[in-house]
Amino acid sequence: MAKADILGDSLWDAYSDKVTTLMNNPLHQGELFQGEVEKRGHTLIVADFGAESCGDAVRLYWEIDPETDKIIDSKFKSFGCGTAIASSDVMTELCIGKTVQEAVKITNIDVELALRDTPDVPAVPPQKMHCSVMAYDVIKKAAALYMGVEVESFEEEIIVCECARVSLGTLQEVIKLNDLKTIEEITDYTKAGGFCKSCIKPGGHEAREYYLVDILADTRREMDEEKMKAAADAQAAGGSNFEEMTLVQQIKAVDAIIDENVRQFLIMDGGDMEIIDIKKSDEYIDIYIRYLGACSSCSTSATGTLYAIESTLKEKLSSNIRVLPI
Amino acid sequence: MQVYLDNNATTMCDPLVVEAMLPYFSELYGNPNSLHKFGTASHGAISKAIDQVYTAINAADSDDIIFTSCATESNNWVLQSVFTDHIVNGEKNHIVTTEVEHPSVLATCKFLEEQGVKVTYLPVNDQGTVEAHTVNSFITDKTALVSIMWASNETGMINPIAEIGEICKEKGVLFHSDAVQAVGKIPVDLQAVHVDFISFSAHKFHGPKGIGALYIKDSQALSPLLHGGEQMNGRRSGTLNVPFIVGMGLAMELATKEIEKTMAKIRAKRDHLEDELVKLSDTFVVGNRDNRTPNTILISIRGVEGEGMLWDLNNGQIGASTGSACASEDLEANTVMLAIGADNELAHTGIRLSLSRFTTDEEIEYTINHFKKAVARLRAISSSFAKQQPTKGGEVQESELH
Repeated sequence: MAKADILGDSLWDAYSDKVTTLMNNPLHQGELFQGEVEKRGHTLIVADFGAESCGDAVRLYWEIDPETDKIIDSKFKSFGCGTAIASSDVMTELCIGKTVQEAVKITNIDVELALRDTPDVPAVPPQKMHCSVMAYDVIKKAAALYMGVEVESFEEEIIVCECARVSLGTLQEVIKLNDLKTIEEITDYTKAGGFCKSCIKPGGHEAREYYLVDILADTRREMDEEKMKAAADAQAAGGSNFEEMTLVQQIKAVDAIIDENVRQFLIMDGGDMEIIDIKKSDEYIDIYIRYLGACSSCSTSATGTLYAIESTLKEKLSSNIRVLPI
Repeated sequence: MQVYLDNNATTMCDPLVVEAMLPYFSELYGNPNSLHKFGTASHGAISKAIDQVYTAINAADSDDIIFTSCATESNNWVLQSVFTDHIVNGEKNHIVTTEVEHPSVLATCKFLEEQGVKVTYLPVNDQGTVEAHTVNSFITDKTALVSIMWASNETGMINPIAEIGEICKEKGVLFHSDAVQAVGKIPVDLQAVHVDFISFSAHKFHGPKGIGALYIKDSQALSPLLHGGEQMNGRRSGTLNVPFIVGMGLAMELATKEIEKTMAKIRAKRDHLEDELVKLSDTFVVGNRDNRTPNTILISIRGVEGEGMLWDLNNGQIGASTGSACASEDLEANTVMLAIGADNELAHTGIRLSLSRFTTDEEIEYTINHFKKAVARLRAISSSFAKQQPTKGGEVQESELH
């Protein structure tokens, strides 16, 4: 919130002139009837999307030339607010003259762009962007009916934010690449969640399959896991970044090196060792160990064995390592 | 012609009220708490306004009526201070209210729930009113407060406040009523019914915006919401808003002095408008109008989405309202419509028309005419009235509903 938001926008004032004009006088409002379309040797497709009980509903009519798959004429009927009616009108306009295969590529973003007065000013305020999504949905449905396929076959990816058409894959990628931590950042980078806000979290205007809050949490968790895995891999590979590891990671790394190179010899002699602590000073990384079993009383523990342990760790992990038996 | 039929949202400030307020801006501007004559110069006018307000709702001299900034403040005050006095510093932990209260009650209750208070949201019947026996059955030993609106802003339906008051009195539970839509519209007699607190607001009865009041029966204890100076005996601090108090007093007197007559006039216009509109097919009005504020109609028009209808009315210079809130981020159906058990289908089609004593017969005729035209136009566009049925498989699938 800031000065510009104190009063809040007047919703209808944010509509483009085109939205207003088409709401008042939609050009393609009406119906196409089976008998008449058949008489012209064409195919009629009529598809519904939405319902009165949801607050908006649209019925799309296509008269298609079966020879060319071209949409010869299109009409709509709509139960909805001004932007729903204007969006439906532009949708039919965009369909006319296209083949069904071309029409199915029309998205809600095309519909919104076609409603703009000037290319860089949105035709509707953010919370109304949603009205154009139905246009996209009903076109896909009509095309599926005509082509005899499932609607899902047109969807190549999972769309999380329908208003801005942002896919799950894009969101995950953008979060990872830019290390995004908040929903606001996601909206800034992708526009997802910036319109009707349904996709942000449950409880919005409509229920969604995926929510930004969950995607963010899951992706962050994945990122953390990847980081940990990378650290573990580095440690397994010899720990080139030993000094940046957390204490637990350092202990594990030291343990792994000991396991691989030293412990077997100690055990052969009836002894063993354990790591007590790791402390970092300006000059050294001090690894405190304790000998167990036979080692604790072995005279070489303080000389040859110690030297072997220290040099192995120095070689594999860090040249600053100093091993101190206690 | 332009017609304002959104008087449940706010009203025109009566020019007589404005005139009465004017001297208290630049002439008699003293702070009434000052000792000098600049301060005391407005005491007469304030006393008169207090008299006007007490008379209008027949409050007893032993009661308090405290001026606030709005009814939202009054509602917050009661709920938050009952919470402080009887829940935080007492043995109670429960509040009873309804599903259809104004957001200033509902949102405050939600806030209190977050603080650990148990809140019961009572349903309403098909008339949009809460039933007294329902209230009775939900009051427990732990109930600190019952808060139920006197009349609904959406439907105008009037709750059985007298009966609920008796129940609360008998059970020893505090009773608050948000009377914003009742005061100035219907008779409110606080010596005839038992209510501990009522909230009301001047701009709903042709007074200025920015002033409301809280009635407190028998001057009973209620911690202040606003702490500060000792204005109004410390009950509500902040320099007295003299011109607005003067305006509220007069507005209240004008609205209530011959309320039966005024109601009859408004009711006649409202009934005529309603009778004409329900002649349209597939429409219904919520609630029996004998139990409704005389100025309100909430009408559902099948196949016509509320915001679309508002748009067309606005094009005809008619200001009305919809509860369906297509505009809001949570594009929810009208909660009142849903609460009264209306079909989901009709919950997005509600249009509220609310008249005032300034509404004229000509305006009503104009509205009837324009309303019918708008319905005809929008139904011609509406998918609900389309004739050609969808292609097989093109019907709406369950999975597409949201």
